[in-house]
Amino acid sequence: MAKRIDVGGLSAFYGAHKAIEDISMTVEPRSVTAFIGPSGCGKSTFLRTLNRMHEVVPGGRVEGKVMLGDEDLYGPGIDPVSVRREVGMVFQRPNPFPTMSIFDNVAAGLRLNGDHKKSSLADIVEQSLRGANLWNEVKDRLNKPGSGLSGGQQQRLCIARAIAVQPKVLLMDEPCSALDPISTLAIEDLIGELKEQYTIVIVTHNMQQAARVSDRTAFFNLAAIGQPGRLIEIDDTERIFSNPSVKDTEDYISGRFG
Amino acid sequence: MDISTRKSQTTEGDGPPATGTAHGTPDATRPDPAPRDEPAPGSAATPDTTPDATPDTAPAPVKPAPRPGATATAPGTATRRGDRVFLGLSRGSGILLLAVMAAIAVFLSYRAALAISEDRANFLTTFEWDPNSPEPVFGIAVLAFGTVVSSVIAMAVAVPVAVAIALFLTHYAPRRLSGPIAYVVDLLAAVPSIVYGLWGALVLVPHMNGLFGWLDTYLGWTGILAWQGGAPRSMLTVGILLAIMILPVITNVSREVFRQVPRAHEEAALALGATRWEVIRMSVLPFGRSGVISASMLGLGRALGETMAVATVLSPSFDIQASLLDPGGGTFAQNIASKFGEANEQGRDALIASGLVLFVITLLVNGAARLIIARRKEYSGANA
Amino acid sequence: MSTTSTLARPGSLQGARLPQWAPWAVAVTAVAVAVAVGLAAGLHSRVQWGLMAAVLFVLGTYALSAKVEGRRQAKDRVATSLVWVAFLLAVVPLLSLVWETVVRGVKVLDGYFLTHSMGTVADAEPGGGIYHAILGTAQQVGLATLIAAPIGVLTAIYLVEYGRGPLAKAVTFFVDVMTGIPSIVAGLFILSLMLMFDLQPFGFAGSLALAILMMPVVVRSTEEMLKLVPNELREASLALGVPRWRTILKVVLPTAIGGITTGVMLAIARIAGESAPVLLLVFGNPFINANPFEGAQASLPLYIYQQYVNSAGSTAAYDRAWAAALTLIAFVMVLNLVARGIARWKTPR
Repeated sequence: MAKRIDVGGLSAFYGAHKAIEDISMTVEPRSVTAFIGPSGCGKSTFLRTLNRMHEVVPGGRVEGKVMLGDEDLYGPGIDPVSVRREVGMVFQRPNPFPTMSIFDNVAAGLRLNGDHKKSSLADIVEQSLRGANLWNEVKDRLNKPGSGLSGGQQQRLCIARAIAVQPKVLLMDEPCSALDPISTLAIEDLIGELKEQYTIVIVTHNMQQAARVSDRTAFFNLAAIGQPGRLIEIDDTERIFSNPSVKDTEDYISGRFG
Repeated sequence: MDISTRKSQTTEGDGPPATGTAHGTPDATRPDPAPRDEPAPGSAATPDTTPDATPDTAPAPVKPAPRPGATATAPGTATRRGDRVFLGLSRGSGILLLAVMAAIAVFLSYRAALAISEDRANFLTTFEWDPNSPEPVFGIAVLAFGTVVSSVIAMAVAVPVAVAIALFLTHYAPRRLSGPIAYVVDLLAAVPSIVYGLWGALVLVPHMNGLFGWLDTYLGWTGILAWQGGAPRSMLTVGILLAIMILPVITNVSREVFRQVPRAHEEAALALGATRWEVIRMSVLPFGRSGVISASMLGLGRALGETMAVATVLSPSFDIQASLLDPGGGTFAQNIASKFGEANEQGRDALIASGLVLFVITLLVNGAARLIIARRKEYSGANA
Repeated sequence: MSTTSTLARPGSLQGARLPQWAPWAVAVTAVAVAVAVGLAAGLHSRVQWGLMAAVLFVLGTYALSAKVEGRRQAKDRVATSLVWVAFLLAVVPLLSLVWETVVRGVKVLDGYFLTHSMGTVADAEPGGGIYHAILGTAQQVGLATLIAAPIGVLTAIYLVEYGRGPLAKAVTFFVDVMTGIPSIVAGLFILSLMLMFDLQPFGFAGSLALAILMMPVVVRSTEEMLKLVPNELREASLALGVPRWRTILKVVLPTAIGGITTGVMLAIARIAGESAPVLLLVFGNPFINANPFEGAQASLPLYIYQQYVNSAGSTAAYDRAWAAALTLIAFVMVLNLVARGIARWKTPR
């Protein structure tokens, strides 16, 4: 189910401003790849190019290639809507639909695709909530609004919503930055379980988190403010954190800047 | 406390707030410069732009100044007195507002009661308006019917179109277009209703002939869209004109609401693979629903009470037309404007009575709107 | 977005898409068919042609898209086309309103028109002007502002800075209620007072009714602006021992003053166009009456109404009505533009 992502020579723009430049990398299936780097280095922008969410920002534009399996996401005839179905996303702040119940939140993506059968819908919702380690906490109040949950629960609800449509890839944009340590731990555990089935890409500001959850780590940096962000290196997480090949990476990880 | 004392003494010496700028700056020797800087540039504007707020309160702090003896207590009392005067003034304004509302209800009811007690017919069900004769006969049945019908038409036309335009401006139009258009729509909401009335009577009415003929030909069998060929100064024209009039109002408020939909909600839908319309249905409309309802109620309020635009377009009569296309009928506000000139004191009281009914209807509409919004808020949890 | 029409290849991400020019093609076809049908059926009204084209466009889009792209895309496209159609249909009357007012208004709008009254001109004759009406409106609106602005601003201060408890709740509630009062009802209220005291119409009576309409608007906008002032500012000032009322005068009001001014100006623009209460209370007067406290006065919106109603179809009167309407719109627009300018220039953020 999980697919490999191959990025080749990718640049992204906001209007005339070039946010990231010439990024090439491979994201392995069934693994967790972490993006680290100082603020403004374009890691989130890059993440959003992986499911064509970058272009919904006014002026957002992308050049280059993103191969998901054997298809170029930016090739002709590609429907961004189907891309986003295949590549799910979890955002920095939990964003359940406020007017929908917990059940409807998880079912939202399925309903879009016309899966209306009550029984199968209920099954998938349960599976997804279990998959997000949330089932036991919410099974008695599936019809309550999702906004009534705690922040950590909401974030897991969003993960359940994302995996309910069974995407090939799951992108996470600093999923724990708005959460307390205990909720963060719960999400990190969940990420460890989810990588059995999904290709996971996670942006994080927290280097310990990258070291804890990821198999591979990519370090992004920018030459100066206003310059486009670049990929400095990508390698096995262990190597990045013990013996990176680029000095900038070492400086960043040891806290000398950023 | 030390600062407080020094400050209020300065205050007393300074007198009117025109010197506020001068005194605000030298005093700023203390830390925390940020909030101190704030008042300085603005306070220069205070005296000329809120002439009412300042002069009213200015005398209060000045008074205690001439008593230099009471050093310990004077600042405290001055402070407290200033506060008391200011609170009194502002609370007094609030109370005055309530008093005005009460007076409106009381006086209208009183005059209405005078009129209704003279009425020789049933005030609610009579199809006639002859309050000036010694044997007055008048009722509001026609007016209530006309008011409701014209407003319903206006809402049915305006709300969907306004929501669509608001969506157009927030989610569909090219950015370069949407800004200026929104601005223009905003300005159109300020066009006085009498101008809509003039335009309706001299431009819209002649244009309605074609549409009426077409409606009569194809939908005349329904009865309510039959047309006997009179001038198209009918309830349908009034409804359409009212719709055009309230369109900018509803559009503006709805657009404002749609713009405030958190990006996170829209992106949540997008990331699930929703099309633009599905994003709107999943996150924009649910978020904006209560706002759209209150916008519509605002529009409805204007449509119900609109006087001049109806008075110029409708050719009124005191009966209920079966068809929306045939001229005739009337609304509360229009009737007041048209019958006022010929009314004697008794006739005016009768008009006041009909105005009271209009007042009550608008109150009910507003109340209903508020209830709906309150309920929605609880459910949506958007405030959580 | 794709630029070519491709049939769905087996790849999962590829959706069949209509080419970018498809909506335009559908639109052109719809218009062409509408015109053809309109001509054939002998329909004269362009409005009908437009409506027909709109319906054809929406249906055509749905059919085409449903066939090529599938139901979900079709719905999306229909929503898009409906939104565009709604916008275009609504633009027509609103543009027409502005256009007609300007084109017909400039005919008699000149210096003479602005500086003369209707005193010696019969309703159906050409000539005359609106000086008396401008004067009346200025006085009535000015007096109304003098009453409503201070009360409104103070009430808002009460609600935001002091307001707690049942009184504040009641005021908030009734301000809402007051916002919904139809202007003619405000007029009737003052009328009932005048009937009590047996008074004849005069300008200030109109001002009172206008003030009633203006107050809640000022309260609301001022409240919004005061709420925008960050609490930190108040606390910083209070923590320095500045008494509450001076904090309000020196910190809160100056920060919000731009927005408050804007709100007051927009409220003025709103009441300047009110004709219903003026009709009941001020009555209208073809002569110049510079005393708002005695005798009937004219007013610009009322002038437009009376020129239309009393003219018996005379073009001279209609021309005057349009010219007065143009003047009124210009006044209201200038107020609006200036108010917005101030708001932009002095936002507290």
